[in-house]
Amino acid sequence: MSPEADRSHTQAHHHLSPARGLDVDPLLDDPKTRIIVCCGSGGVGKTTTAAALGLRAAERGRKVVVLTIDPARRLAQSMGIDSLDNTPRRVKGVEGDGELHAMMLDMKRTFDEIVEAHADPERAAAILGNPFYQSLSAGFAGTQEYMAMEKLGQLRAKDEWDLIVVDTPPSRSALDFLDAPKRLGSFLDGKLIRVLLAPAKVGGRAGMKFLNVGMSMMTGALGKLLGGQLLKDVQTFVAAMDSMFGGFRTRADATYKLLQAPGTAFLVVAAPERDALREAAYFVERLAAEDMPLAGLVLNRVHGSAADRLSAERALAAAENLEEFRIVDQEGGKAGLRNSPDTYGSSESPSSETASTTAPEPVPEHASEAAEEGSPAAMDTAPSDQGAHSTDQLTAGLLRLHADRMQLLSREQRTRDRFTALHPEVAVAEVAALPGDVHDLAGLRDIGKRLAAGRPELPNSGA
Amino acid sequence: MSRLQVVSGKGGTGKTTVAAALALALATEGKRTLLVEVEGRQGIAQLFETEALPYEERKIAVAPGGGEVYALAIDPELALLDYLQMFYKMGSAGRALKKLGAIDFATTVAPGLRDVLLTGKACEAVRRKDKSGRFVYDYVVMDAPPTGRVTRFLNVNDEVAGLAKIGPIHNQAQAVMRVLKSSETAVHLVTLLEEMPVQETADGIAELHAARLPVGRVIVNMVQPQVLDDAELELVRGTPRAAIAQSLSAAGLGGARRGGHAERLVDPLLRQADEYAERYTLEHEQRAVLGELGLPLHELPLLTEGMDLAGLYELATELREQGMT
Repeated sequence: MSPEADRSHTQAHHHLSPARGLDVDPLLDDPKTRIIVCCGSGGVGKTTTAAALGLRAAERGRKVVVLTIDPARRLAQSMGIDSLDNTPRRVKGVEGDGELHAMMLDMKRTFDEIVEAHADPERAAAILGNPFYQSLSAGFAGTQEYMAMEKLGQLRAKDEWDLIVVDTPPSRSALDFLDAPKRLGSFLDGKLIRVLLAPAKVGGRAGMKFLNVGMSMMTGALGKLLGGQLLKDVQTFVAAMDSMFGGFRTRADATYKLLQAPGTAFLVVAAPERDALREAAYFVERLAAEDMPLAGLVLNRVHGSAADRLSAERALAAAENLEEFRIVDQEGGKAGLRNSPDTYGSSESPSSETASTTAPEPVPEHASEAAEEGSPAAMDTAPSDQGAHSTDQLTAGLLRLHADRMQLLSREQRTRDRFTALHPEVAVAEVAALPGDVHDLAGLRDIGKRLAAGRPELPNSGA
Repeated sequence: MSRLQVVSGKGGTGKTTVAAALALALATEGKRTLLVEVEGRQGIAQLFETEALPYEERKIAVAPGGGEVYALAIDPELALLDYLQMFYKMGSAGRALKKLGAIDFATTVAPGLRDVLLTGKACEAVRRKDKSGRFVYDYVVMDAPPTGRVTRFLNVNDEVAGLAKIGPIHNQAQAVMRVLKSSETAVHLVTLLEEMPVQETADGIAELHAARLPVGRVIVNMVQPQVLDDAELELVRGTPRAAIAQSLSAAGLGGARRGGHAERLVDPLLRQADEYAERYTLEHEQRAVLGELGLPLHELPLLTEGMDLAGLYELATELREQGMT
């Protein structure tokens, strides 16, 4: 194929213009930005993104706290927060004038602290010792989400930090953390609570009498379902918590409002994979419906290639081409005959007849610009113990690697374009894929840099 | 072969895909399998390219050899109403409970009840027999919650049985636990050859063991093809750039002299080879970590065209060939 064909391919590959770019630095630098919430489905790098943003903001001068939910052990260790004590710890090794603090959420402890803060000691002890409470606080479907929001409210109220970066729990669905506080709130406010409390409040208002008949029937049904002892536990719990409910509700509402406030920015995190981006799209729609301010989409693990002018198809064709040379050479060597592989467009290599004990090196000279004075020297310095591996075979391997990369690239591009078509208004920052996991500050700093660049910067490609 | 196959894995590892492929693989040769979804994500429907699944067992695919795959997306609320009706004839009371918010409470807020309902429904399907006394489903495959939560999810019956010391929920929980802790059940974990998913897999296995839940196999998903081996990567490092440029030129990719098309490809291609080498080394390490777990290991290839129905059948065949069924 000619170089002209090469050029036309280049154009074909760049016709998809990227979405609006997300500028991370202005967001981090703006003193009005007080809370950044990172959300998205599991396994897309939410925690790493939150930590990298926190570090970058701190190194740009802000006083930051990062609230992580379930960090990978080595990442937590690198930030010095691998012990669960539910309070922010200052991270060492941060450059510049800012400060980075980090903490890992302990949901049970957060729940216990609320109880202790809102009930007198005797009542608190009764609640903490209640089997139903113990089970509820250790992990009902929404506790983690609720407690994350509760902790966020606490951190914000303290006003010790000028930026809070929050990671969200690895939920069934990325939307759970928006719903859980409401759900708990509506339960605590709801009719059910009154039913459960009914036996404890016998003879309430006269007008409630009829209702109470229905309620005791309900309690009967509940008892049948839950078993008498569990129902009693629940009732005792609810009665003990009664005075706190108003507080819970108010706090849940306040946190929800905080998320809608102008100082809050949501970042939806995703990887260029179908499921992750579908979840991201749901999230974008949901945030809009809830009047919550979306700053943009962080697309992690995006692949790039500095040779993207060479398509997968052409790379594969070229690889096959080279492998055909090799087969001919090998057969020729084994048979002790040199069949000139002219049919494959390669002229006979003068060196191969004399050097048949080492790898045959076809030196093609057919292309007009291929022949040059540098090649004989190159041949001299080639390792002599290549065995069956010829340079052609290795080059074919490199081309096959490239073809794989280009296929991955176009698949990622298609997935991303589907999202962009659906939500052209969403600004996107792309972060290039790294070969390994990040578990130190230097790695986080690198991610932060890539985030701010907003384009999948190729490693070593220079400035 | 356990009749309840539970598939878990870290988020993003493709556990739903593997669960679906396993259900297909188990359905070959005229068998009937039920693929169960418990997280309300409608991942199965998307995978099989059909509309959202209702709370009803419906045939979703035919396997080679005439087997059938049924699918069920369990809705905990409906499962509870079902359960109330089935065991207590509480149809109307159930509706009243729903109005009151009790059903919502039981299925979303109350600790563990939701999970009892979900696992309970799956176990019911495992044990269900037709009039002639044969099992309705040869296998039930569950697309379970992710590794970090699966032990708690499966073990929740224990917890609830402790919480509700007597009564119907207690009994139900005990019955479910008997199935889950027996050899009737196998819990498989899906991972990628990356550090975090592998770490989570190791942690998950330890947790499952501690809870005395039966651990099955480890399935490494999306394994990328080996293009160059160790020796070749070493040779690439020792090969002069000019020689590679010559080779590229010979393959018809332009000029090999400085600034020529072929020559300009050399650096990017070598850099990609470095990245490949780095990933290859990391994958090698992770494979070794997985090897130490002492469990049967399966590998499924990355599908270059992305995941579609054809790919699902391909993965099912792969699982069969690797003796997972």
